[in-house]
Amino acid sequence: MTLRSHRTRLWTDRLLKAFAGFSALVGIVFLLWILITVVVRGASALNLHFFTRSPAPPGVPGGGLGNAILGTLLLTVLATLLGVPLGLLAGIFLSEFGRHHPLGRTLRFVVNVLMGIPSIIVGLFVWAWLVVPLGGFSGLAGAVALAVLMVPVVVRTTEDMLRLMPDTLRESVLALGAPRWRMVAILLRGARTGLLTGTLLAVARISGETAPLLFTALNSPYWPRSLLKPMANLTVTIYNYAMSPYPDWQRLAWGASLLITLSVLALTVVSRIFLGGREPS
Amino acid sequence: MRKTPRRWPLRAFLGDRLLLTLATSAALLVLLLMAGIFVVLVWHSRLAFQHLGLRFFVQQIWNPVTGEFGALPSLYGTLITTLIALVLAVPLSLAIALLLSELAPPWLATPVGLAVELLAAIPSIIYGMWGLYVFAPYMAHHVEPWLQRFLGFLPFFRGPMHGIGFLTAGIILALMILPFMSAVMREVFQMVPAVVKEAGYGIGATTWEVTHGVLLRYGIRGLLGAVFLGLGRALGETMAVTFVIGNEHRISLSLFSAGTSITSTLANEFTEASEPVYLSALIELGLLLFLVSLVIQIMAVLWLKRMERRMGGQP
Repeated sequence: MTLRSHRTRLWTDRLLKAFAGFSALVGIVFLLWILITVVVRGASALNLHFFTRSPAPPGVPGGGLGNAILGTLLLTVLATLLGVPLGLLAGIFLSEFGRHHPLGRTLRFVVNVLMGIPSIIVGLFVWAWLVVPLGGFSGLAGAVALAVLMVPVVVRTTEDMLRLMPDTLRESVLALGAPRWRMVAILLRGARTGLLTGTLLAVARISGETAPLLFTALNSPYWPRSLLKPMANLTVTIYNYAMSPYPDWQRLAWGASLLITLSVLALTVVSRIFLGGREPS
Repeated sequence: MRKTPRRWPLRAFLGDRLLLTLATSAALLVLLLMAGIFVVLVWHSRLAFQHLGLRFFVQQIWNPVTGEFGALPSLYGTLITTLIALVLAVPLSLAIALLLSELAPPWLATPVGLAVELLAAIPSIIYGMWGLYVFAPYMAHHVEPWLQRFLGFLPFFRGPMHGIGFLTAGIILALMILPFMSAVMREVFQMVPAVVKEAGYGIGATTWEVTHGVLLRYGIRGLLGAVFLGLGRALGETMAVTFVIGNEHRISLSLFSAGTSITSTLANEFTEASEPVYLSALIELGLLLFLVSLVIQIMAVLWLKRMERRMGGQP
């Protein structure tokens, strides 16, 4: 190490601290900027009709996004029903059966890689496997695409949470003569808070997703009727309406933005509270 | 008397079998999913590959009418925006990670940490809305004229200023990847054993010297992993970029210029593509993105794993 005067060292250090403070400030300023914009522009769009009506043609006043709200709820629930059991089982496999097995090691690696695959690619994948064979865009395909995005998150939290359970617990359950499935059931019960949190985080991750829905669920101006038809949803509606030249539609897009932001932030904060002091990876 | 003990092991046996079968098939299904993505992309892009061959990767034309497609403008846009995002976000996220793990007292670290986490939770489409309606005009009226006045001698800051283009997209991407990188970097810093840090402070080193001499050196693998993680995210980010990049198949040195990226081309044109070759060319773009992000993600996972192994697996 070269020798430097005390004064230089001190000032370098202060510079570092100032830069750290500045960085945090940048993060906070942009967060507030975005949140305030969304709240200010979105609040004026929210009224009873926003939640109960379907969209009106351009130029006609009134109209809402009730159909898209229902569609997003349906897609999210369906995706959760498909993705969580699959992720949970694969997570159980990783932690209880294949921890050191080559299959388990491969799976762990693939799940980590899958976490970083762009969501639009998942959209393409489901388009090819479901939209093309079924002959059209459908709510079902949208839900499957979202489920695929949920799976890696759920697998990882499940494995992490089950591993937090002590081995002595496993041993004592087995020592009582209980079969392994009872042991897993008891482990799951012990880890339920963590598992719930993982699910909430996964739901938060998918409920704001747009890209995977573009080629799968598409969008629709009507109320959702069938899982095999294009399904209205908030995020694609935001995309379509924001790009439209009609002020009414743009206003609805801001309202939808506010709704989505609030739900996602609420889900995130709630799961953080559940998680308490533990840090997720 | 024998009935109960007889029935019980059978049920236990079947239950165990069932659970093992289910768990193993779930595991295999996830693996199949990954393989399926690759197979599907290759299969559906075969038409474009037959028609365009290697020309696809080097030409700039993107003309659905004549059926000539080139990935170069999209690739260029993806790389440029990602580069801008990394240049801005790496120092910022390092500083935030440092602040959260080393410098700030808990009363400060908690709210700052929460704010950064919330920044990560905001959906991509919201960044897009805000970017298009609020941030792009701000860039056009304030930031870009200022950059041109002081840095206009560089080719990057010339040309008309619309606020829509590479620079705006890159800045928004930086905001979006910042929380992910700083979260991982924070974990990396926390993995560095306290004894080593304290030894540094013990010989009278300043915070900067401990950071630079101990934390950065000790954690370099993990930090690289974090950067790759951010890189992968920036490459694949779709909606926010689509809103603000302008969607023109053009290569320009000027960062103010509108362009396109792989993801925004896909998002914009996929549902409108009627010709089989057009559709296939778009899917080939997707394949390109998939392969690039696969490599990046694998590198991120490997670096982080190596870091963890060096730290003994436990924080």
